[in-house]
Amino acid sequence: MLNKYPLWKTLMVALIVALGALYATPNLYGEDPAVQVSGLRGVEANLTTLDTIKGQLTENNIEYASVVLEDGQILTRFRNTEDQLKARDVLDDSLGDEYSVALNLTPATPDWLASIGGTPMKLGLDLSGGVSFLMEVNMQEAINKAKVGMVGDFRGDLLNEKIRYRSVKDEGDVITVKFRKIEDLEQGLSLLKKRYNELLFNSDDDTLTLTAQMTEAKLKEIQEYALQQNITIIRNRVNELGVAEPLVQRQGKKHIVIELPGVQDTAKAKEILNATATIEFRLVDTEGDLSAALNGRIPPSSILLTDKNGQPTLLNKRIMLTGDHITDATSGFDEYSRPQVNISLDSAGGSKMSNGTKSNIGKPMATVFIEYKPTERRDPEGNIIFEKVQEVISVATIQARLGKTFRITGSGSQAEAHNLALLLRAGALIAPITIVEERTVGPTLGAENVQLGFQAILIGFGLVFLFMAIYYRAFGLVANVALLANLVLIVGIMSLIPGATLTLPGMAGIVLTVGMAVDANVLIFERIREEIREGKTIQQAIHQGYEAAFSTIIDANITTLIAALILFAVGTGPVKGFAVTLSIGIITSMFTSVIASRTIVNSIWGGKRLEKLSI
Amino acid sequence: MQILQLKETVSFMKYRKFAMIFSALLMMAAVYSLAVNKLNFGLDFTGGTLIEVGFEEAADLQKLRQLMEDNNHEDAKVQFYGSSRDVVIRLGLRGDVKAEMLGNEILAILEEGTHQKVDMRRIEFVGASVGDELAEQGGLAMLTALICILVYVAFRFEWRFAVGSVVALFHDVLLTLGLFSFLKLEFDLTVLAAILAVIGYSLNDTIVVSDRIRENFRKIRDTSAEEIINMSLTQTLSRTIITSITTLLVLAALFWKGGTLIHGFATALLFGVFVGTYSSIYVASLVALGLGISREDLIPEVIEKEGEEQEEMMP
Repeated sequence: MLNKYPLWKTLMVALIVALGALYATPNLYGEDPAVQVSGLRGVEANLTTLDTIKGQLTENNIEYASVVLEDGQILTRFRNTEDQLKARDVLDDSLGDEYSVALNLTPATPDWLASIGGTPMKLGLDLSGGVSFLMEVNMQEAINKAKVGMVGDFRGDLLNEKIRYRSVKDEGDVITVKFRKIEDLEQGLSLLKKRYNELLFNSDDDTLTLTAQMTEAKLKEIQEYALQQNITIIRNRVNELGVAEPLVQRQGKKHIVIELPGVQDTAKAKEILNATATIEFRLVDTEGDLSAALNGRIPPSSILLTDKNGQPTLLNKRIMLTGDHITDATSGFDEYSRPQVNISLDSAGGSKMSNGTKSNIGKPMATVFIEYKPTERRDPEGNIIFEKVQEVISVATIQARLGKTFRITGSGSQAEAHNLALLLRAGALIAPITIVEERTVGPTLGAENVQLGFQAILIGFGLVFLFMAIYYRAFGLVANVALLANLVLIVGIMSLIPGATLTLPGMAGIVLTVGMAVDANVLIFERIREEIREGKTIQQAIHQGYEAAFSTIIDANITTLIAALILFAVGTGPVKGFAVTLSIGIITSMFTSVIASRTIVNSIWGGKRLEKLSI
Repeated sequence: MQILQLKETVSFMKYRKFAMIFSALLMMAAVYSLAVNKLNFGLDFTGGTLIEVGFEEAADLQKLRQLMEDNNHEDAKVQFYGSSRDVVIRLGLRGDVKAEMLGNEILAILEEGTHQKVDMRRIEFVGASVGDELAEQGGLAMLTALICILVYVAFRFEWRFAVGSVVALFHDVLLTLGLFSFLKLEFDLTVLAAILAVIGYSLNDTIVVSDRIRENFRKIRDTSAEEIINMSLTQTLSRTIITSITTLLVLAALFWKGGTLIHGFATALLFGVFVGTYSSIYVASLVALGLGISREDLIPEVIEKEGEEQEEMMP
C-alpha cells in the first residue's frame, strides 16, 4: 500500500510536536516581579535569613506571593511592582551589607511545568534591556608580574643555600643570574634546575652567567591563571553590584564577557569593573632626605610617591605586604566617627605583617594604592599599554604589632573608605583589565524591539500562509500546518537549551527560516505536479514527489547548516543569536516539512483511490 | 494555481554570453565601488562610541550639535534615527583614558543642555582592538564557510559543481558588498550575518539546480550537456521563483516592520536573494558547463537502482 505510514510512525511525529508545544508553553505565562537576596563574601542566605525577610515584610505590611530559598539565594515574588519596590527598600535597609538585594523578574511558569524542566526562552539584552561588557585582560602585565616574583624567588633561594651571586636581573625574555666563581654557577644551576622544572636553563661558563626562560606551557599557564582569577574577581564585584542573574563568562584567550540584565546606571558598574586596584603596605623611609629626593637624588633603597594632594613621601623600596593576602575589607567608623577600613589577611599575610611591624612600632607605615589605568598607547602586538599609577592613600603610625586583622584610618571621606573596601575585597588583580566593548540597551528600546520582532514574525508568517494556501490549495494548508509545527518546535527547543537566548537578529533568523522552510514543501509539491503531468497515478505521484525531493532537501539544508554553524562558532552577541535560531530552524524545518507534512498527507490522502488532487 | 506552465524547454544557455558579460560588468562595478567608496564600516568594526537617545518632543539637531561643540566633542555626528524624536550621536575613537565613559558623559551633557529628561535608548562603545579582531574573524568565517561548502559539495556531487557553486557564492557576496559600498550603507555585524545567510540561501538554490542536472544526466542519454542544463533549469524554474517569492515576502516584512536596527540586515538579504536566484541559474551552471561537465562525470561507479540513495539517507 502506497503512502501509508504505520501507526507508530504517525504517533511518534505527533508526540514530538506535542512535546515541542509543551516546552513552548512557559513562554505564554509572562513574569512576576520579584526581589532576589543573595549573600556576599562567603555569606550564604539561609533559613534564618528567610525568616528575617518574612518578618520584615509582614512588619511593613507588604504582601508577597511566595518566598523560596534556592542555592543560597532567596527569591520573593510579589503581585505588583509597587510592593516589589517597597520590599526592596525595606530589605536593603534591614539586611545590611552582607547581602545584596536586587530587583528581578521571575518567570511565572506554573509548578507542574517547572517540575518537568519547562522554562521560558531567555531574552537577550537587546530585548530585555541591560548592559553587556567585553573586557580584555592585559597578559603582558601578568607575565611581567610573574617574572618579578621569580627574580625575588631566585635571590631568596640562592641566599638560603649560601650560594653567592653578583646579580639577578629580568632581561625581557630571560632572567639572568651572574656569578663570581664557576663553583657558585654550578651549584646555583643545579639548585634552580631542581626547583623550577617549568623553566629552561642555560649556562655560560665564560661569562659565569646562567639564564632561565619560561616554557610555552608555563606562559600558557600564567595567562590561563590570570584570566581565571580575573573572572573570579569580576564575579565578586558583579555580586556587589546587586544585579539579578548576571553572567560572567570567558571568551577566547584573553576576553571576559559580562552581561548585566536590567542595569541602566552603567557609569557605576563601569567604575567598579574597571578599577584594577591593588594595595601595598610599605614603611615610610624616615632616614632619607626628602628635599634631596625631590631634586632627583632618591636613596637607592627608597621610592618617592605622592598622595592625591601632591604631598610627597619617601618610602622603603621593600614591600612589607602586597594586597593579594587580603581576604576581606569592610568600611566603618572608628571611635572618633572617622571613616576607616578594616582589613583581614590570610595566615601567610598575617605572619608577614606581624614580622614587618614588630620591630617598627611607633614608625609610620604607608598604604599605597596602585591602579593600572589604560593609556591610548599600544605595544607592537596591539595590546593596550597600561600605566601604573601609585598613590599614597594613608600614612598611619604603627600602634602595635599588627596581625591578621587591622584597620586603616584617615583614608578620606566615608564614600572613599567604602569604595576602597570594595576594591580591596574583590581581591588584588593579577593582571590589569579594561573594557573594550560596551552595549547598553535602555528598557524602552528593549520593549520596542520585542514588539517589532513579533510584528515581523507575524506579518511574515501571515503572508507565507496566504500565498501557500492560494497556490497549493489543500496541500498548501498541509504545508502551513507543518510551518506552524516548525515555529512551535523552534520555540520549544530554544526554551529547552539552557544557553540559547533570543535576540532581535534571532527573531530575524526565525523569519528567514519561515521563508526558507517553505522551500522544502515547494520542492515536493512541484515534483508531485510534475509526476501527475507525466501521467503517473496520484498515489505514485505523491510517493515519487516525496522520495525524489528528499535527497535534494537534505543536501540543500546541510550546506546552509554549515554556514549557520560557522556563524555560531565565530560569532558573538547578535550574530550568535541569529546563528542559534537559524541552525535550530534548519533542523526543525527538515523534520516538519518532510516528515511531518508527509504524515499529514498520508493520513488524509494515503492509500485511497483518487481521481484528482487538490494541489 | 500556476504561475509558470512551461511546455517548452527554455534555452537558458543560449544567453550565456549575455549573462557572462552582465555578471562580469556587475562584478567589476562592485570591485570599483569597493575600491573607491570603500565599505562604510559600522561601529562594530571601526570602534568608537554611539549613543541613541529619545526626546519628549522633536529634537533640534543644530542645537544639539552646538551643545556637543561647546563641550569639546567637535567630532560628534548628530543624526535623526527613525523619527524626529530619536537622535543618534556618533563619536570616533578617543585616546582618553576613560573612553568607555564617554556615553554616560554625553548623556549628562544632553540632560543638562536641553533641560529635559532624556531617554537613554542605547549606548554602544567598541574599542579599537575589538574592531580589528572582528574584521579578521568575519573574513575568516566567510572563508571557512566557503571551504567547508566546497568540500561538501565536491564530496556529494562532483568537483565541477563545487567550483560552480563556490564561484556563484563569491559572485553573490561580492555584489552584495558592492551594493553596500555603492549606496554607502552602514556595514555592521548584522549585515555580515545577513551575507552569510545569503551564502546559505544562494547555495540552497544552486544545489537544487545541480541535483536536477545530475538526475537528468543519469536519466536521459544522447543529449548534449547544454540541453540537459536547459531542461533542468526549466524544470526547477517554478520552484525557484516560488521560493524566492515567499522568502522575499518575509524579508519585506522585516524590512518595513523590523525596525531600524535590522534595516541593514534586511537590505542585504533582499538584494542577496535576488542575486542568489540569478546566480543559481546562470553563474553556477555556466561554470560547470565551462569546466566541461559531462554524463560520464556523474554516472556513479556502481549502477544503483532508483531510490536506493534516498534510502541510505533515511534515518
